[in-house]
Amino acid sequence: MSQGFSKSSVGRKILMALSGFFLLIFLLQHFVINMLSVISADAFNDVSFFMGTNPLIQYLMQPVLLFGVLFHFIMGITLERQNKAARPIQYAVNNPSFNSSWMSRNMAITGLTIFLFLALHFYDFWFPEIKTKFIDGDMTELNANGEFRFYEELLHKFTNPIRVGIYCLAFVFLSLHLMHGFQSAFQSVGLNHRKYTPIIKKLGTLYAVAIPAGFIFIALYHFLINAH
Amino acid sequence: MSTTKNINITLKIWRQKNAQSKGNLETYQLNNVSTSSSFLEMLDQLNEQLVNERKEPVAFDHDCREGICGMCSLYINGRAHGPDTGITTCQLHMRMFNDGDTIYVEPWRSTAFPVIKDLVVDRSSFDRIQQAGGFVSVNTSGRTMDANAIPVPKADADKAFEAAACIGCGACVATCKNGSAMLFVSAKVSQFALLPQGKVEATDRVLNMVRQMDEEGFGNCTNTGACEVECPKGISIENIARMNREYLSASATSDK
Ligand code: HEM
Ligand code: SF4
Ligand code: FES
Repeated sequence: MSQGFSKSSVGRKILMALSGFFLLIFLLQHFVINMLSVISADAFNDVSFFMGTNPLIQYLMQPVLLFGVLFHFIMGITLERQNKAARPIQYAVNNPSFNSSWMSRNMAITGLTIFLFLALHFYDFWFPEIKTKFIDGDMTELNANGEFRFYEELLHKFTNPIRVGIYCLAFVFLSLHLMHGFQSAFQSVGLNHRKYTPIIKKLGTLYAVAIPAGFIFIALYHFLINAH
Repeated sequence: MSTTKNINITLKIWRQKNAQSKGNLETYQLNNVSTSSSFLEMLDQLNEQLVNERKEPVAFDHDCREGICGMCSLYINGRAHGPDTGITTCQLHMRMFNDGDTIYVEPWRSTAFPVIKDLVVDRSSFDRIQQAGGFVSVNTSGRTMDANAIPVPKADADKAFEAAACIGCGACVATCKNGSAMLFVSAKVSQFALLPQGKVEATDRVLNMVRQMDEEGFGNCTNTGACEVECPKGISIENIARMNREYLSASATSDK
């Protein structure tokens, strides 16, 4: 790579898109596992056990994911700041809705909302997980009754209506982020084709609606049916 | 054809003495504007009125007044080149407005296009991007080979021609929420990248033009697509994707 790649606008756009692709794939995987919790508690426990104990996932993919999220976040903020600096004086009258979608113009806002949600998500799931495993040193993945603890912990998180509400709202913002982001990432890496781009755009809308709606369904399902 | 009538309008125009001064929106009343006149003719009429009142006329850019030079600019009622698509401001007609309308007229707003006076901005940042690589080097000794001697696939020739239609007006930058110049630069990169004559210097061209674009302080594209909607020449963001591809492969293969 030429030296200036990661400092240039185009290079950064490409890196932004690559981290976006990575997060899209991760999210799909996360969705499939969560969906198991609706279908079968045992299956969910088994897969969670695999994810929680497999060394490749724990010590390779988990750091890569953390890096991916942080990279996407920091790069997103950096680009947004540069973009703000490129227009220090705003128009007195502006009519951007004529030529672009709200989603495309507010990636930083929807992104920041996702980030706030991630903070809550980490507080809920990731920090306790790390504490149990690496601070308390409990690697058994079992609860006091000697059963896998994952499903039980999941249910516990979906009892508070406020938390469930925040979860659902966050996924609405994720949906808005991906409505633009999915197809945008293809354009950023240079994939724009008269035949394929319309298909990519349709796929993007499908992904952006179906996956967040699925997460919302899972949260509501546990809240309404199981937790009561 | 619509019939001509006269309308009365209120104008809110950005006035700024020079690059250093602050500037503000001034209000002007202008009566008896023919709906058959162009937007720039309307501004001429305003300036005549201002001169008669012994006031400083409004400075604005223009040259060909037929949509080919790219000099005219203006952000009119919240849109680059005003309330119509596929046109420059000199091609905008007053029939797009109604009697009693208030019309806001502002300069392009971009760090890389500083205001010089009133509605006139300095677009020499575009010139410097062009100088960084927007050309092909040819032997001008007199034994220049005829360009037509090299066969070019029709589809490529058409795409290169479409990209070459860019007149460097800067509407893409003005309308982009990020003040990004990627549509302009990608059109200039594409018009050469698609042709055999341009392939020779393709690697350095895209690297140098993007570097210059970044140095000038333009923002980063977020693929909102606003630029291609407002571009008077219908330049497509397909060109931005092509530039990104060119940039990626140039970065991977260049020695620099
Ligand atoms: C951590 C919170 C997040 C923040 C602050 C954030 C911020 C941003 C910003 C500002 C952009 C636009 C950047 C640009 O176009 O130059 C963007 C693009 C994108 N984001 Fe996010 N995002 C976040 C989370 C996510 C997540 C969780 C996903 C996917 C599951 C995602 C997927 C994407 C995609 C696919 C793009 C398009 C990339 C492109 O336009 O090339 N983002 N993000
Ligand atoms: S790409 Fe279109 S809007 Fe941008 S400078 Fe060229 S002609 Fe003007
Ligand atoms: S004055 Fe030449 S394009 Fe408008």
